[in-house]
Amino acid sequence: MLFRKKQTKKVTYENQDYGEVSQVRLIWRSFRKNRLAVVGMVLIIIFYFIALFCEFLAPYDPHIYSSKNVYHPPHAVHFIDRDESGTHIRPYVYKQKMGRDPKTLKTIYSDSEEKIYLKLFAHGDPYKLWGMIDGDIHLFTSENVEDRVFFMGADRLGRDVFSRTMVATRISMTVGLIGVITSLVIGIILGGIAGFFGGLVDASIQRVVEFLLAIPTIPLWLGLSAAMPREWSGATRYFAITLILALVGWTKLEREVRGRILALKTEDFVSSAILDGGSQSRIIFRHIIPSITSHIIAAVTLAIPTMIISETSLSFLGVGLLPPTISWGVLLLEVQNLPSLISGPWLFFPAVFVIVVVLAFNFMGDGLRDAADPYVFMRR
Amino acid sequence: MQQKPLLSIEHLSTTFPTHDGLFYAVDDVSFDIARGETLCVVGESGSGKSVTARSILQILDDPGKIEGGRITLNRSDEESLVLSDLSWKSREMRKVRGHDIAMIFQEPMSSLSSIYTIGNQIGEAIRLHSNVSRKEAREKTIELLDMVEIPRPEETVDRYPFEYSGGMRQRAMIAMALACDPLLLIADEPTTALDVTTQKEILLLIKNLQAKRNISVMFITHDMGVVAQIADRVVVMKHGKVLEDGNVVSVFNTPQHEYTRSLIEGARILDRPSSIRRDMRVEKPIKGEILRVENLTKSFVIRKGAFGAKSGETKAVDDVSFSLRAGENLGIVGESGSGKTTLLRSILRLIDTSSGRILYRSRAGEEVDLCKLGTNELRPYRTEIRTIFQDPFASLNPRMTVEQIISEPFIVSGCIPQEGLHKKVMELLDMVGLPAASARKYPHAFSGGQRQRVAIARAIGPNPRIILADEPTSSLDVSLRIKMLELLLDLEKRLDLSFIFVSHDIGVVKYFCDRIAVMYKGKLVEIGETESICASPQNDYTKKLLSAVPIPDPSYYERRGREGN
Repeated sequence: MLFRKKQTKKVTYENQDYGEVSQVRLIWRSFRKNRLAVVGMVLIIIFYFIALFCEFLAPYDPHIYSSKNVYHPPHAVHFIDRDESGTHIRPYVYKQKMGRDPKTLKTIYSDSEEKIYLKLFAHGDPYKLWGMIDGDIHLFTSENVEDRVFFMGADRLGRDVFSRTMVATRISMTVGLIGVITSLVIGIILGGIAGFFGGLVDASIQRVVEFLLAIPTIPLWLGLSAAMPREWSGATRYFAITLILALVGWTKLEREVRGRILALKTEDFVSSAILDGGSQSRIIFRHIIPSITSHIIAAVTLAIPTMIISETSLSFLGVGLLPPTISWGVLLLEVQNLPSLISGPWLFFPAVFVIVVVLAFNFMGDGLRDAADPYVFMRR
Repeated sequence: MQQKPLLSIEHLSTTFPTHDGLFYAVDDVSFDIARGETLCVVGESGSGKSVTARSILQILDDPGKIEGGRITLNRSDEESLVLSDLSWKSREMRKVRGHDIAMIFQEPMSSLSSIYTIGNQIGEAIRLHSNVSRKEAREKTIELLDMVEIPRPEETVDRYPFEYSGGMRQRAMIAMALACDPLLLIADEPTTALDVTTQKEILLLIKNLQAKRNISVMFITHDMGVVAQIADRVVVMKHGKVLEDGNVVSVFNTPQHEYTRSLIEGARILDRPSSIRRDMRVEKPIKGEILRVENLTKSFVIRKGAFGAKSGETKAVDDVSFSLRAGENLGIVGESGSGKTTLLRSILRLIDTSSGRILYRSRAGEEVDLCKLGTNELRPYRTEIRTIFQDPFASLNPRMTVEQIISEPFIVSGCIPQEGLHKKVMELLDMVGLPAASARKYPHAFSGGQRQRVAIARAIGPNPRIILADEPTSSLDVSLRIKMLELLLDLEKRLDLSFIFVSHDIGVVKYFCDRIAVMYKGKLVEIGETESICASPQNDYTKKLLSAVPIPDPSYYERRGREGN
């Protein structure tokens, strides 16, 4: 069960049992008491699911443009369909016709009576899943591919913002993950060395960290990204960006690891391991690292949203990822100027995704951090 | 003539919600506290004694809740107040706390704010409950500090808590508690964190103040010696229930309940040498020297400034010499900060020594200076000299199963093949009296006593010759303490062990050790046979230490009381 059950049983000193369970179960027990964290976790799972199957989940090809649909506003979806044959429950939208305002010559869309039906698991735009597997089945798409349905409207080239946001999820969610993994590797190695050996090694690593933290990040990123050759492909740029993000990101993780190791080094069970005659690597990898993994996972979860925000900001400023690569930042690049914001306020939808994902990560990270050491409460 | 008791508790139940259901920490408890009496609530850890006290003032830790029962405070025969009907945050309840009932806790440092002076904090308490000016409050504070026998109160009133010693802080807490002339003082193990010499002073102080001001005291403790010293009446609690309630002399002389009997018996056993040990010495006489410590010094350098320039040093262990003979138990006693643990850690080479030699005669018969060996050269001796730490909650890796913990030294040294490992672990678990099923469990599934057994199994695993034990029983309740010591003696007999046993508890050392070394401020002040040191201590500090140990016999204190001591 996800949430706590109502308590009825009477527990006395005799039948009290505070667990013959592993650390993971104990962490899960205290984690699930934090409802926001559980909600955050469910959202994150959903978003990574979207990232994994974005081609299938997006109704259309995100790159296909059409002059007929420039700044098409979002469609309202109807579910109850009444026609001559009776009432049915099936989703549809009213097709909108493009026209022009006779006075201002502005593009306007007006409702028509024509219906566009939505179909589940229907054939639509062809795609290559993960760049490898050919397919054209989408979770849902319009009955006729030519009649497009825009849940979140269309952009200035008539591309479907909803499909683009879904596809952008992959890049934006993994930039955070890969960036954090890179910084984690650096952070654990340097933090481990600093914490375990101390002394001069520790002091010099700490000075480097302080120096890196003192550099203003946005100008640094701007400088590094501007140095990237424009002719680099999307994939190369993507990895370069993650590296740039990791370059600054590792410092916080390094401090976390170092602090934990410093605290653990004086614990009696580590002394016991030394007295058991264990080698230094055994003490580090068998005794110290397992004790800090849960803390590291919590720290990582809190570091990912920072990475996502950083990528979004860089791309928004036009120095991160560049079109045709699609990320949330690249999508938000569209609303950099006021005119396009006025013509299509729905172009802000990707920002909603960013906010939801960052909040979800923060909720889950907070929950994990609180649950990370289930043994603290048993010491009393 | 006032007839009603000051406070009466009827059928009190306090619960804590847990993962498995409601946990009854206090389960249908009833007792009274009369005016001017000292009531000792005694029981082992987790018996619900603190929760009972906190229920009276409604200051329970968060999920805790008073489930049922009635707590009545009779300010006088005419004026009664049902505390259990009040909300914990009501104005009346706030008035009761501090004004009618005051409480002092085990750890004075965490009850005092470190950013205000002592005078500030006591003055604050006075001004909260009575309408006086700052100046009057300060005068009253100085008066109170004088009353709790803090030297030079006019000066010390402006000091911060960190400038006070542990005993002085507890005195300041008592002063604060008495600031508004409460009717009842609840003291929750106020001396447990203190050294035995300081404990004696605080107990005397509470006793004197109570006689002078005629307040009632509810004193929570686990130490039967303390009970004998100060109680008028005793309530014995176990598992959230009251087992016995009676006059201190009658409880000690004719305990009604099995559990009370075992508590008193336990306290008395620990005052005498163990018969197991005596028999063993006849059977297996103590042999020659096995470990000799010569002029051992460990100093900690105090560094200051940005470049860590040396500005001074403290000698935690100062020129200590002694020797340990094979098959002997040597006790090292002293108060906290006397350097006993540092000495132990130096011998284990967990910390580097500053000067001196630690000469160990190995099984092969050669003598080595452990101080000179590097990490790798020490490894063979790690199996011959083992240790048991004080806190079994910290010394077992919570992420490893018991089997993994016990087999760690074998895996590291590779002296037992993989297939023999499980059998060896089972054998060791059996030796320390743990069921075979324990092997698969994690440390958190065990109580403190069981965890300490796991730690013992780990220590005896590689067939050692010397075990250095750092207060292995101090975190355990009395009944468990004796069982643990018996286990250690039994293992000593079977495995030919020698012990260096560090403790602040004289009773435990009397029971367990053949010789005692007394440490004071880093120096070894006296060493000799246990019996002769206890009977006729030579050093002044030893005398003071031994006379401060509470004796679990109320009639002893009655006699002394009559003699005017």
